[in-house]
Amino acid sequence: MGSLVDIKNIRADFPVLDQQVNGSPLIYFDNAATTQKPKSVMDALAHYYQFDNANIHRGLHTLAERATTAYELTRAKVRDFIHAPSSDQIIFTSGTTAGINLVAQTFGRSTFKAGDKILISNLEHHSNIVPWQMIAQETGAIIEVIPVDDIGVLDLVAFEKQLDDKVKLVAVNHVSNAIGTINPIATIISLAHAKGAKVLIDGAQSVAHIEIDVQALDMDFFVFSAHKLFGPTGVGILYGKRELLDQMPPYQGGGEMIKEVSFSGTTYNELPYKFEAGTPNIADVIAFGSAIDYVKSHGAEELMKQEQALLAYASDKLTAIPGLRIVGTAPEKIAVISFVVEGIHPQDLGVLLDKFGVAIRTGHHCAQPLMQRYGLVGTCRVSFAFYNTLEEIDRFIVALERSLRMLG
Amino acid sequence: MAQSINEIQDELIAEFDLFEDWADKYEYLIDLGKKLPAMSETLKTEENVIKGCQSRVWLHAEREGEVVNFHADSEAVIVKGLISMLIRVLSAHSAAEILAADLYFIDRIGMSQHLAQTRSNGLLAMVKQMKNYALAFSAQQ
Repeated sequence: MGSLVDIKNIRADFPVLDQQVNGSPLIYFDNAATTQKPKSVMDALAHYYQFDNANIHRGLHTLAERATTAYELTRAKVRDFIHAPSSDQIIFTSGTTAGINLVAQTFGRSTFKAGDKILISNLEHHSNIVPWQMIAQETGAIIEVIPVDDIGVLDLVAFEKQLDDKVKLVAVNHVSNAIGTINPIATIISLAHAKGAKVLIDGAQSVAHIEIDVQALDMDFFVFSAHKLFGPTGVGILYGKRELLDQMPPYQGGGEMIKEVSFSGTTYNELPYKFEAGTPNIADVIAFGSAIDYVKSHGAEELMKQEQALLAYASDKLTAIPGLRIVGTAPEKIAVISFVVEGIHPQDLGVLLDKFGVAIRTGHHCAQPLMQRYGLVGTCRVSFAFYNTLEEIDRFIVALERSLRMLG
Repeated sequence: MAQSINEIQDELIAEFDLFEDWADKYEYLIDLGKKLPAMSETLKTEENVIKGCQSRVWLHAEREGEVVNFHADSEAVIVKGLISMLIRVLSAHSAAEILAADLYFIDRIGMSQHLAQTRSNGLLAMVKQMKNYALAFSAQQ
């Protein structure tokens, strides 16, 4: 099986991949935690600090203008990338978690009443659980959980029964970080809308792997993090429908988010600045623009095909190992494989694989309710990006088999 | 006369020096883990769990005369191997000796990475908890 994309050139764009770890060539299979960054992103970051560093939106001088233009250009690139209707519906946050908290504390606080329901799923990351628990406690709203079946697919029959006119919001992830299931969000959104509920989609794990069209899917809110899309840490995106963002009260107060301030009162700035109090993460936002350029220039669809080839190849190889069981075998998955081996604690495998230079994730993946559902303390998780190769999978399998022999 | 804490540490260092590569060292560590005497199920209480570890780790200590004895267990065998060495080094010594112990063997046998916080394997927490027990016992005297 040949590679679909020019892997050698692509790997050269990611300098971090070219190193020895514990005496072996690094195999980075922890892309669901964070992706590596192409050199163009690092260059953009360095360029900004070396030539353009200034605070944005207020300064009249040339550097302020350059910084502002570059910052706003990323907003336009994000708009284009997720097919949003306009740039002012793209709000910069510090990450997915911050975006969800923003919606919980503004939309949630102004909408939820005692007895209202928030539907989340059994597949959620803690960051799409805890912010809702916090606002539920304050408002008297109730959280209900959409069940997941044994192979990791959401139970839509149960979901339809849970949907009643008390449901004000459905908050689900597009893709499960722990087991890779791609959720049927088009169906979830249309069912929720038919009952008058709004929908927040956590796109942290999907945005780097699935083409996103917030309008075609009629999403009310979409949140994701730049660092899982080959960009820097500390940048996130919240997209919202205009009428919702307009109705929502501001989140944090400070500079940038105001129009006029006096001690008798303050008028708030318009979208998106209403939600961007204080000096934002200018440099990383600008560098994130280069990450989007990178993905677009390589053809997102081709990159995704490469990942699916890796998923199929690794799933076959892992299934052949005696005692190994893949957790989460939904028909629609991104290139994430969670697995357990009979009689072996995931942590032991993580430690030994690291000694072989293989970076994987072990533990509960910040999805403890899902681990409880499957009666597991944790799993080993490998997650691929398009710069990973079939050869790396072969070497990983050899290291895994050797580790299992050591532990057996 | 029982061995001192440092004599035991030196003995462990000499044992690990026999191995040339990391894999042999880890196989020995795993073997130590497997041979760690089973901890009584009645001691595996929530109270004895050391928090913040990726695998569950239990630690119990009791004073017998002048010395402190430790019992511990973990779900992960590599952690058990590390525990087994800590028990071998620290158990059956006085609270004062345990409190004063400088555990240099961990670095010398090439396992210092397990002391890093990101590992969350509890080795650091385990050492701290063993010293806490020693401190509590010495306060009772």
